[in-house]
Amino acid sequence: MLMRDLGIIPAPKVDGTGDGPSPYVNLSRRGFVGGAGLFVLGVTLAGCSSYVEPVIDADAFKLPDPGASPLTGVKGGDATPSLWIAIDKDGAVKITCHRSEMGQQTWTAMAQIVADELEADWDKVAIVQAEGHERYGDQNTDGSRSVRFNFHRLRVAGAAMRHMLVAAAALYWKLPQDQCSAKGGLVSNTKNDETLSYGNLAELAGRLAIPAEADIKLKTPKEWRYIREEIPSLTVPRIVKGDSTFGIDVKRPGMVYAVVARPPQLFGRVGSVDDTKALAIAGVLSTMRLPDAKPPALFQPLGGVAVVARDTWAAIEGRRALEIAWQDGPNAGYDSEAFAKQLQATARRSGKVRRSRGNVGAALAAASKRVTAEYYAPHLNQSPMEPPSATAEWDGDRLECWACVQDPQNTRDTLAEALGIPKENIKVTPTWLGGAFGRKSKPDFVIEAALIAREVGKPVKVTWTREDDIRHGYYHSVSAQYCEAGLDQDGKCTAWLHRTVFPPISSTFDNTLAEPSDGEMSMGATDVPFAAPNLRVESGDAKGHMRIGWLRSVANIYHAFAVQSFAAELAHAAGRDQKDYLLELIGPPRMIDPESEGATYGNYGAELAEYPIDTARLRNVVEKASAMADWGRKLPAGRGLGIAVHRSFLSYIATVIEVAVGKDGTLRIPGVWLAVDAGTVINPRHVRAQMEGGTIYGLSNALYGAITAKDGAVVQDNFPSWRLMRMGEAPREFKVEIIASDAPPGGVGEPATPPAAPALANAIFAATGHRLRTLPLIGAEGDKLKLPATKTV
Amino acid sequence: MAITLKINGKSASVDAAPGTPLLWVLRDHLGMTGTKFGCGVAQCGACTVHVDGAPTRSCVTPHDSLEGAEITTIEGVEGAAADAIRQVWVANDVPQCGYCQSGQIMAATALLRDNPTPDDAAIDEAMSGNLCRCATYMSIRRAIKEAAALG
Repeated sequence: MLMRDLGIIPAPKVDGTGDGPSPYVNLSRRGFVGGAGLFVLGVTLAGCSSYVEPVIDADAFKLPDPGASPLTGVKGGDATPSLWIAIDKDGAVKITCHRSEMGQQTWTAMAQIVADELEADWDKVAIVQAEGHERYGDQNTDGSRSVRFNFHRLRVAGAAMRHMLVAAAALYWKLPQDQCSAKGGLVSNTKNDETLSYGNLAELAGRLAIPAEADIKLKTPKEWRYIREEIPSLTVPRIVKGDSTFGIDVKRPGMVYAVVARPPQLFGRVGSVDDTKALAIAGVLSTMRLPDAKPPALFQPLGGVAVVARDTWAAIEGRRALEIAWQDGPNAGYDSEAFAKQLQATARRSGKVRRSRGNVGAALAAASKRVTAEYYAPHLNQSPMEPPSATAEWDGDRLECWACVQDPQNTRDTLAEALGIPKENIKVTPTWLGGAFGRKSKPDFVIEAALIAREVGKPVKVTWTREDDIRHGYYHSVSAQYCEAGLDQDGKCTAWLHRTVFPPISSTFDNTLAEPSDGEMSMGATDVPFAAPNLRVESGDAKGHMRIGWLRSVANIYHAFAVQSFAAELAHAAGRDQKDYLLELIGPPRMIDPESEGATYGNYGAELAEYPIDTARLRNVVEKASAMADWGRKLPAGRGLGIAVHRSFLSYIATVIEVAVGKDGTLRIPGVWLAVDAGTVINPRHVRAQMEGGTIYGLSNALYGAITAKDGAVVQDNFPSWRLMRMGEAPREFKVEIIASDAPPGGVGEPATPPAAPALANAIFAATGHRLRTLPLIGAEGDKLKLPATKTV
Repeated sequence: MAITLKINGKSASVDAAPGTPLLWVLRDHLGMTGTKFGCGVAQCGACTVHVDGAPTRSCVTPHDSLEGAEITTIEGVEGAAADAIRQVWVANDVPQCGYCQSGQIMAATALLRDNPTPDDAAIDEAMSGNLCRCATYMSIRRAIKEAAALG
């Protein structure tokens, strides 16, 4: 069964030279009809039983050269309709999705945007997954920005094609265009009862000039028919039949299977290898030394020895039989427990000032009460349920890869460099991703497949086992944070100091770097929205000893944990209600500009003018979530409510969690109430799913997740030593409210994760009087919180 | 040596090394990739199939122990319970990435077949062996109850 048969990879196969239009359109850049020539439709349209649609002969219209596309440079990138849309003669509307589908429903969301402006009939819409190519602009499916980056240009592309279809119908009817209109895949006019289908009009429309952006009339939000609607998923009907193709499911004729034995430590090497016993395993075909990895880590594979076999199991068995003497690398001494103490010591010392307002030192000295707290959060692993897997096919000159990658363009670039071939000779097509969470932004596993395929001369699928995924990842960074605040006589916060220390992601790309980057600091540290008159955010340096990478919501996880836990600690110190005090800390409605106080602030790549830090929206979700949870209600002993609010990826989320803690520390989560303001929402179903999923992802990590290292090697190896939340541990009730908003769309894939851990810790404090500042709260075993002997004062 | 397995009601001849888990026979030898690999140690449930009707982790079940058994995979599971589960899964968009959902559906189908009106405890019991990193647990729980209500 080929990928092509499943509709994942479009037919016909294109030559990949890179200057063509969408991969399935075998015409000029201007055209968008699948194939030339006249097609006789001759169907009777529903509701027009006596009317037979006329056949349009596009060749009969002597049209001038339509010229170049005026839509290559609209906001967000190229909106040329043929890049995004193909309409078949039978009316099928194929929409190219250039982002990777990993469960966030980007296929459905992108299609909703295009189809709405196109006025397509939803039942005729299908998705074609784009290969990795610059013509699509940014394809890096991370940062919760697929909708944000593409909302405008995909609307323009859809509307431009609608205009062209209307223009084609007007040409055929010899009517002014304003007497023709498009709806639901048909163009009608005000003069007669005739309609023309998109399928019939497509070829003629494809020969007309593409309108300039100024001449394109986008629909008003009131006219939207798919955007904002609960349109069912385009992927789910296939998933329930097992008819889904993920990276690990790719099949190619003559394909062989490989797994790789990698050095236990980052930059460890193979000393010697004896593969005699491995080669004796039934089904094992060959072994191959992979090049040693050298600092910096980048996206390169880790080296080691590959075992190639006729099935995955034989490869796994073969790997087990390899006898490898590993040589230590520079990280052999890494011990995460000892490193934690170093981080904590750094966090207690003055650091580099990243944002400053007023005079924190003086305000602390003058405070009636000083409060300090230290927080620690360990390394984490993304662990998508589909481990990394890639298939590569090398024909002696050209490479084709199919893989579960979040960024097919960086995959292609990295392959070109690793193989020393021009990228024009490489084609990378993303499959569906069985979860990603940042792991599949890094294409190291695709490079492995390509190197092995070039060596063995056959299509090769590399599969990472779960042990590989957990031991050889790009880990969420470990962090230690120090917070100190001063309160006046009334308990009001007059000084806020937050210091954060963690090995930066940049250490993966330059191993000399140890300073937290502006990007990471912008995620929940330098954008702290509190109104204290004196405020300082500092960072401390830390070296990386493992590959540090993105994990769903990135630095927001540990920063929100510290900031929102500390906010509740201050409420307690002031003798105030958590939620009321949180609102007081946030202060009055206003726009915050961290750069005016010395920060270099990224704002997720968006302008503050378009996406401000708006404390009114922050306050609103706090009020909404607490109302949903009936905040302030009386609870039985052992139960408590906690709240946290956080803006990330340009969206605002407040989460209230109720916990029930037994006397022995056993934990249950009776309820979660979450309010989200993500601006304009494409599909509320997607938002609700991401709110539940992102929250539970955060709860799972906070309760159970810890990647530790000894002698430079990761200690955990599979479920359950790396533990994920299970059904029986999940919240019993989960309510989501989406704030209606006309603001530009924010992200939704990641921002529910950061407030989960602090809301949980705040709830546990409310229930037990124990303030837990070290993650994970339970760990890999058992169901009991690690509660200290005495309550927090 | 080739052996014959009965999968989704059809016979399939398989020539894999003795002890090869059913999972890899399905996926690599028979091209039936609906059944997923998640952990290889029976901890995540992504590989769940039915063997003589019972939910079974195919990643730790040697294929050569299954001669004469009725093996059912996501591609072939049918009946009232499977129909109801698929219907509510689609109606509610239960899956996110979908990778674990073959296993979830196989587990939920067996649950509903054996217990047409499962309560929360029964759902937790039947479904806690199936991990979902997208965390569709809330949706799964709601959908199973909805499927039960379909009768």
